[in-house]
This record gives sequence, structure tokens and C-alpha cells, in this order.
Amino acid sequence: MCGIVGLFLKAPRLEPELGALLSDMLVVMSDRGPDSAGFAVYGDRTQGRVKLTISGADEDVLRRAVGELAKVINETPGLTLHDTHAVLSISFDKEKAARDFIEHHDDISFVGAGARMELYKEVGRPEQVTQRFGLARMTGSHGIGHTRMATESAVTTRGAHPFSTGLDQCLVHNGSLSNHNGVRRMLQREGMRFATENDTEVAAGYLSWRIREGASLKEALTNSLSDLDGFYTFVVGTETGFAVLRDPISCKPAVMAETDDYVAFGSEYRALAVLPGVDKAHIFEPEPATVYVWERG
Amino acid sequence: MPGFDLAKAPLRELNAALHALSPSTNETHWVVSNPSGKHAVACGLDAPVTVEIDGHVGYYCAGMNKNATVVISGNAGVGVAENMMSGEVRVKGDASQSAGATGCGGLLVIEGNASARCGISMKGIDIVVKGSIGPMSAFMAQAGNLVVLGDAGDALGDSIYEARLFVRGRVASLGADCIEKPMTEEDRAILADVLKRAGVDADADAFKLYGSARRLYHFHIDNVDAY
Repeated sequence: MCGIVGLFLKAPRLEPELGALLSDMLVVMSDRGPDSAGFAVYGDRTQGRVKLTISGADEDVLRRAVGELAKVINETPGLTLHDTHAVLSISFDKEKAARDFIEHHDDISFVGAGARMELYKEVGRPEQVTQRFGLARMTGSHGIGHTRMATESAVTTRGAHPFSTGLDQCLVHNGSLSNHNGVRRMLQREGMRFATENDTEVAAGYLSWRIREGASLKEALTNSLSDLDGFYTFVVGTETGFAVLRDPISCKPAVMAETDDYVAFGSEYRALAVLPGVDKAHIFEPEPATVYVWERG
Repeated sequence: MPGFDLAKAPLRELNAALHALSPSTNETHWVVSNPSGKHAVACGLDAPVTVEIDGHVGYYCAGMNKNATVVISGNAGVGVAENMMSGEVRVKGDASQSAGATGCGGLLVIEGNASARCGISMKGIDIVVKGSIGPMSAFMAQAGNLVVLGDAGDALGDSIYEARLFVRGRVASLGADCIEKPMTEEDRAILADVLKRAGVDADADAFKLYGSARRLYHFHIDNVDAY
């Protein structure tokens, strides 16, 4: 089943409440996905620096690994710890070296990277996951989240959503893809790399590949309609954008609410009912095979 | 007039109280507040009462309805009035997918739009949509009347057995074995009656009728290559 939510703020007024609102929306979707949860939040950026989100067994493991990383890249990363995850802030020119170090380290895993994106995901009930990471205290312009009921790959932290395959890019998915193995092989030949056997990671990688090749987010999603086969409702985040796409038979549920202040997505209306002013919002279902994109200038 | 606030009491209590009503109950008018998209609100009713729901509901609202009138002052989630037997369900806003699915009788009125698969496998229900309906509506419809004042999405009436599909606006495309049919006096009278019961003021002559070409009823040897 799985539940997905997304919240894109049009006005900065609600930014201090982004995490609290997203947390409430995500917890309502626990019934649709009780085995794992995850979310990405687009917060502040610091000029010239990139945020790397990594995961490890506990704070000690994360601190130790970051200490080793500091020596390798010859820079002490900014460090914010959130339970099993840590967000490192490093110079953009150190990103590749840091990614190489993380990839070859036995005790930590890479979760996501971006100028603004932080990404957290873990196995467990969604209310526990959001509490452990302190989502309710996070701020930002937009965020997406997912509650997982695994059907096609194992219940692991790495198998939880969102999946990120490019800077500031992430994707959550309700459904299942049927041609992901073939698409993964094609993308691997194009130089894309994958951390799991998961179908959703292929969808994320597909969009990252299209964007790498010069497509806009909207064009990449439009292309995916012909190249990805299966059932899907996707919600996608980029540094400044937020997008929604449903498969041509709209197999999976989706409902949206739009006001002057925000655009919100929920697998079910229940997830939107927690938002301020939703009683006066324009409520609609995204059409099948139609790409919806919102960008913040 | 009993009132029930779903922000204060659990949904199961509401449904249990509604199920406990006898056919001769004096508590004939219920008002439900704060549904907040909850699923299965006012499901399985069989007493001749009216339930007004003030707000948006989730999945399967008024499912399996018999005799009761359920009015939703908001939007309805997936499968509103699914498998309805009799009575009336009215949605003042929009309805999500599969509105009136497998309905055997009664009247479903959607004052806004309905999304995909409206009236899927309908079996005798009358559905009136004042707005437009989404793709794949009346898929495998078997009996009843679907009346649409607006437009219909792609693949209307795909694999339809019977049922009358009256559409006033544009039909994006017809599904397999669904064709436009000439409207007889009998059809026009049925349409006028459904519109009247729904309280909708529209000219029956402005609609077109779609239904089954009946070419899929039996195996045809020319189709052997398809298997």
C-alpha cells in the first residue's frame, strides 16, 4: 500500500512550521505504511557548502566516522546529529572526496546530498521515526515523506523512501514498477549507480539521469510516462521544485489541496485534514498521466 | 435530532448507533460533524433515516446503503455509495474514484465532478453527476443509468454489458464495445425521471446515449488470434 505526503510552501510565513505540519501529515498515513518511514526537508542553504546526510548505528559511530572524514578531506564538517542520521556541511569542492570516503566506510551509509535537502529514513512505525529524527522541529520551504508497506524488496533502512539519486533530488513512490530491472541496466550503462535492488530507486535514478542530460523536471517526468511501466504515484522534490505524477490508469490514490500559502499532497484526504485553512483550500485529484510541477522563484 | 461529532467520539460508535436504528425509529435525522476524511462513515445503513455529514469524507462513505439518505456537504473519497442497494446518497462536492461502484439500486447524486471509474460494474444504481467524470467510467457496467451533465473521460463504458450512459458534454473516447445509440422515447422517459428524482433541471434532449454493442457477449471465432 504505502502512504505519501508532500508539502510545498508558497509563502515563507509557514516555513517555521514545515516540519510540524509534515510530521502530522506523515503520522496520519501510518495505517498505509507501518513498517518504515522517511522524509526529505528542504531547509536553509549556505553559500559554497553542501549538506551530506549519512546514517550509522548510533551517535558514537557517526562521530567517529566524521572524525576520520575530517582528516581525509582536510576540513572539519559542520555536524548535526539526529538519532541514527547525521547531516554534514562541507565545502562543495570536497563533496566528491567525502562521498568516496562514505561509500567505502563499513560503518556508515550515504543517504542524500544537496545544497538544501536533508533526508531521513528508518525502519519502524512512522510516529516513532518522525519523533526520533525530530521532524516536528525542522523548518524549510518544502518537504516530502513516505510511510512504507514493503511489497517488492526487504524492510530495511536503505529500502525506505525517499530515494535520492542526485543533488537536492528525491522521490517517494506509492505503487510498484514492473520494468525496473531493465531500466536499471540501461541507467547503469549510462553511468548511474544504485545502492539497492529497489524499484523506486530506479525511478529516482531515471529522473536524475534525464535531468543530468538536460531535461527539466517536467520533461523528465513526461519521459518517464513512456519509459517506466507499472503502478505509481510519484512525488518529487528538487531544490526549488515540487512535482506529482500518476500512472495512466491512476491506480494509486492521490489528493491535493492548494491555498495561497501552500500546495499539499496526500495519499488520502485524511493527511491533508491536519493543515491550516484546508477547509477553504482548492481540493482536487491529480489527473492520470499528467505532470504537475510547482517551482518557487 | 441526534448530532455526532467525530472529533470527540469514535467512528465505530457512530456506525453502531446508526446500525441499531429500527425501520420505525423516530430518530430520523442525524448530523455528523468533523469527518476529517475518515473512512467508512455511515456505512451499511438500512433504516429510512437521513444522515447529513458536514465536511469531507474518506473511502466507502455510505457503502452498502439501504433505505437511508446520506448527504455529504463536502468531497467524498474512493468508493462513495459502493454497492448501494437503495436509498439516496448526495455528494455536494467532488467524488473520488469508483463512485457508486457495483451499486445495485438507489440514487447517487454528485453535484461536483467524479474522477476515474465512476459507476464501475454498476448493477442497477442510478448515478447523476452534475460535473464531469474521469476515465474508465462505467467499466463493465451491467445495469442502471449513469447521467453526466459535463464531459466523460477516456474509455467510457469499456466492456459494458448493459446500462444506459447519458452524457450531455463531450466524451473523450469510448471503451471496447461501447457505442452511441439512438435515444428512444423509453430512454428519454427514463432519463427525465432520473433527472427529476435527482432534482436536476436539464433537458433530456441535450444528452446523447451510449450503451453496449453486445459484440463481446459471446466468443467470436474471428477473435481466436487474440488468445
